[in-house]
Amino acid sequence: MTAVEDPASAVDLPPAKEVGQARRRKEDARLITGKTTWTDNMVLPGMLHLAVLRSPVAHGRITHLDVSAAKERPNVVAVYTGADLAEEQGSLPCAWPVTPDMVNPGHPSIAVEQVNHVGEAVAIVVARSRTAAADALEAIDVDYEPLPVVLDMEQAVQEGSPLVHDSTSSNTSYHFVFDAGEAGTGSDTDQAFADAEVTVSRRFVQQRLIPAFMEPRSVVVQPSGDNYTMWSATQIPHILRVMAAMVTGIPEHKLRVIAPDVGGGFGGKLQVNPEEILCLLIARRLGKPIKWTETRGESLMTAHHGRDQVQFIDVAADRDGTVKGLRVRLLADMGAYLRLITPGVPALGAFMFPGIYKFPAYRFECDGVFTNKVPTDAYRGAGRPEATFAIERIMDELAVELGMDPLEVRRKNWINAEEFPFTTVAGLEYDSGDYHQATEQALELLGYDELRAEQQRRRESNDPVQLGIGFSTFTEMCGLAPSRVLGSLAFGAGGWEQASIRMLPTGKVEVVTGSTPHGQGHETAWSQIVADQLGVPFEDVEVLHGDTAISSRGLDTYGSRSLVVGGTAVVKAAEKVVEKARVIAAHLLEANADDLEFTGGKFSVRGTPGAGVGIQEVALAIFAAHDYPEGIEPSIDAEATFDPENFSFPHGTHICAMEIDTETGFAKIRKYACVDDVGTIVNPLIVEGQVHGGLAQGIAQAMYEEAIYDAEGNLTTGSFVDYLVPAASDLPHFDTGNTVHAATSNPLGAKGVGEAGCIASTPAVVNAALDAVRHLGVTDIRMPLTPERVWRALHGGGDGGDRAAQGSNAYGGARTTESGYQEAEQ
Amino acid sequence: MIPAPFAYARPTTVEEALQAIAEGGEDVKVLAGGQSLIPVMRLRLAAPELLVDLTRVEELRGVREDGDTLVIGAMTTHADVLADPLLAQYGQLIVQATETVADRQVRRRGTFGGALAHADPAGDLPAVALALDAEFVLVGPGGRRTVSAAEFFVDYLTTALEEGELLVEIRVPKLGEGWGVRYEKFNRVAQAWSIVAVAAAVRRQGGRIAEARIGLTNMGPTPLRASATEAALVGVDVSMETVTAAAAQAAEGTSPSNDLNAQADYRQHLAQVLTRRALAAAAGL
Ligand SMILES: Cc1cc2nc3c(=O)[nH]c(=O)nc-3n(C[C@H](O)[C@H](O)[C@H](O)COP(=O)(O)OP(=O)(O)OC[C@H]3O[C@@H](n4cnc5c(N)ncnc54)[C@H](O)[C@@H]3O)c2cc1C
Repeated sequence: MTAVEDPASAVDLPPAKEVGQARRRKEDARLITGKTTWTDNMVLPGMLHLAVLRSPVAHGRITHLDVSAAKERPNVVAVYTGADLAEEQGSLPCAWPVTPDMVNPGHPSIAVEQVNHVGEAVAIVVARSRTAAADALEAIDVDYEPLPVVLDMEQAVQEGSPLVHDSTSSNTSYHFVFDAGEAGTGSDTDQAFADAEVTVSRRFVQQRLIPAFMEPRSVVVQPSGDNYTMWSATQIPHILRVMAAMVTGIPEHKLRVIAPDVGGGFGGKLQVNPEEILCLLIARRLGKPIKWTETRGESLMTAHHGRDQVQFIDVAADRDGTVKGLRVRLLADMGAYLRLITPGVPALGAFMFPGIYKFPAYRFECDGVFTNKVPTDAYRGAGRPEATFAIERIMDELAVELGMDPLEVRRKNWINAEEFPFTTVAGLEYDSGDYHQATEQALELLGYDELRAEQQRRRESNDPVQLGIGFSTFTEMCGLAPSRVLGSLAFGAGGWEQASIRMLPTGKVEVVTGSTPHGQGHETAWSQIVADQLGVPFEDVEVLHGDTAISSRGLDTYGSRSLVVGGTAVVKAAEKVVEKARVIAAHLLEANADDLEFTGGKFSVRGTPGAGVGIQEVALAIFAAHDYPEGIEPSIDAEATFDPENFSFPHGTHICAMEIDTETGFAKIRKYACVDDVGTIVNPLIVEGQVHGGLAQGIAQAMYEEAIYDAEGNLTTGSFVDYLVPAASDLPHFDTGNTVHAATSNPLGAKGVGEAGCIASTPAVVNAALDAVRHLGVTDIRMPLTPERVWRALHGGGDGGDRAAQGSNAYGGARTTESGYQEAEQ
Repeated sequence: MIPAPFAYARPTTVEEALQAIAEGGEDVKVLAGGQSLIPVMRLRLAAPELLVDLTRVEELRGVREDGDTLVIGAMTTHADVLADPLLAQYGQLIVQATETVADRQVRRRGTFGGALAHADPAGDLPAVALALDAEFVLVGPGGRRTVSAAEFFVDYLTTALEEGELLVEIRVPKLGEGWGVRYEKFNRVAQAWSIVAVAAAVRRQGGRIAEARIGLTNMGPTPLRASATEAALVGVDVSMETVTAAAAQAAEGTSPSNDLNAQADYRQHLAQVLTRRALAAAAGL
């Protein structure tokens, strides 16, 4: 026998590291086959169903509401109006008062006297079946006295505009300012502009988007004595529990919230929904289990929307391309009410407009504006896609103004690798990265030189199909967040995360996380981390989440925080487990704890290989507890709460090559390459998946999706026939790559990847489209780049205008009055 | 998204179906693949009292030859159309258009007859039927009659079908030797309806165009023929110049709608571009 085959030394080889392996996700089989509990699968004895009558008018007073006929319908148990619930419904919470004088008119779960957007709840029917509840809605009689409808932000902020809420003095909820000069993180912005050789100003429109998660929202509430269990398709069971307790007065310890498997959220389920509160109130009244599941139409019309900003952005620079100052003014559409973090979304973006560039001066202002539309709130990227779009678009505009290569202007101004950690003009400390390296790698992936040559050929031959190349060299802040920073921004919660590890007698491991997955793959990634930390097999780890009775403390999943904050809490808990086990192992090995080393799941005395005890054996020993050192508790379970000291800052270079058919305006992505730096990669397969999904959504904003209201405030894109979510067949192949610069704010070195693709891609696509047709006189095209808009921009000038039928003033998101289409008409 | 209550009948023959419809009273709807009808019922825009489901009426399903004519049963699904050997040989224009309809799931249920009876101007098959001068065979309490495609499409979502009448089959000429076809569809994402589409069939004789048939999708409340273009092509040389010149007349006499997908002037522009492209492909240019 050779030494290599000696079984003793083979056993001593530590298992291969799990972190870094492209493990297939252990949760996927049940998620994909549906062999799991989605909230709408829940069936409870005696369960009743709730259906909601929704306002067909955007703004009006309820002058007559008669539910008596509905009460007589078969299988109807009860019918309630806002008046019935007015005393107990309170207001849905807004956890982010971004300024001390922010105006929050309050947000009833069901309208009492006035409706402020189409789709607002007006009455609810509780019946023995879902269909009976839906049928009875038709028997409810309501009259509305119409009020003037406020839709256009730029008109809404004018003196004399009709008001969304007559209790307020204007439609402006708040005015938020960040001024680097005043904050001491930069110089005076006005001076910078006064001194600059060149200034470029643009107005960009971030259209309104709909998160469009796959699983519709659903909630079930089961009362049991004075206790309540709520199942909800939510991203935030922990936050929901706190908020629902505060809104309804049900004591927090009497309320358990469970998010079972949840089919996507993208921020759209980072919410305390009216229907969650209504189900609780009705379950309390009737003492029966209540279920509500939305239809897709309800989802598109009433679940919160995203984006919807008008951005005015000015950049100051010298002729050689060195940037001198940045000024941003936003109008951000709140919709009719402030939901959980509605006002905070644009504020989250406030610190990211400077992007990766060394601006010496920066000023940001934002008005939150009420309109008669469904509220906006978090949507994948929340604030950062808006900021990234504006800065990456204006850097191209600056390059055009200066006659420089767009990449050259970026190179001249970006933070160099040796300058990290770098404190930006917005006061953020960027942790690590190398923008040059990512860019070089992305250029190579794309085959840049060949495509530039082809572009030239197409231009010269006047080809009807023109080619363009667009860049986005982005960074973002994620890993929400240091609690102190959140506190300084008046956010209503901290940013820590919790984890605990339970060592079972058979050596199996239960990991409880406060981070709540809804499709991201936490169970796999957490298992990989724990397998490495404890030296146990990947298969021996089970990850528990989403039930406040199991995972008592947590702040859930959003803002690319799960791995960075929640994963780190798991690491910290595992370290504690090892330290507790070390004491017991030392006792069992009759050695000094300080002499033990721990590798591959095994404690052994340093310098004495062979002899040792595995951590899984320690788990059994301490379960029996027949023999353990005095003065310690017989347990090696541990928990940890991690509060990061800084955000992490993923970055990357995304390059899009776009073909534009100048005859029809049809835009088609020819090639897409991106290199992302998301720090240390725990699972490359999951990272790739997150990048792909993010790209799909970011490209969708650039090219396909837009929530459009008509002049009366009806959502005209109320089904997937009109709200165009692209399918795989509409998207190109993605060439992806990575550079790795570890985050410095967490021991994993991970930076978060959930939003990166979505944040980065949108401006790359629009820049590419413009690059294809700029030589034909086009200077801007409004998103999404519908063929008609591109065609109008090409043949009529302007930005292609609104996606609206002539003669109506339907519009997407922000506003119509300056539309390119109207210009084109003249 | 939950339809109002309705009664349901599932006959197995045309005769039983007609009887069920006759006895059903005022508010009867025929259910074919349900891909257009069920969505409007779920939105409660339609609330029939009785649905007569034709999916078990075997005699309405399938494709057969009758001399120079292909006879397509109304209940032949889009998926059947794509798999049918006769259509593969003589009905490529129908096949090409059907390939662009929605997605696999919808094509498995949706039917040729249902798509025509629904008469949505954005639907892909009406313009094809019109371009082919299809004949529609209708059966009702008053017996059997045949109407031409030009007569069948009356207005937006309105056909020549009388109350109580069923569309049973559609007769189209075989396009054999000498014919080239192309369905040119313009939409934003793969599974979406046409913003505009053009169905073109061109018969070449030597270096000349002997005959051209052009149907326009979504250029008015009903499918339309691009008659001026068709006329301009007869007898001309097959060349990009002649095709381009003729295609420039494709929007003549059209009255497309303004909607979220496109305004009328843009649709008219598209009709010209797409007609040129469809003709070029059909003529083998
Ligand atoms: C998501 C989606 C996307 C789609 N995209 C496209 C597309 O891109 N292009 C396209 O062309 N179509 C599209 N469709 C529609 C599809 O082609 C349908 O199959 C078709 O329009 C209706 O056919 P059906 O068999 O489903 O008819 P049904 O929905 O069952 O019936 C439609 C109407 O026709 C009547 N009817 C049906 N059969 C008869 C008959 N034999 N006699 C008398 N009346 C009858 C019904 O009463 C009803 O009024 C799409 C549908 C969906 C759901």
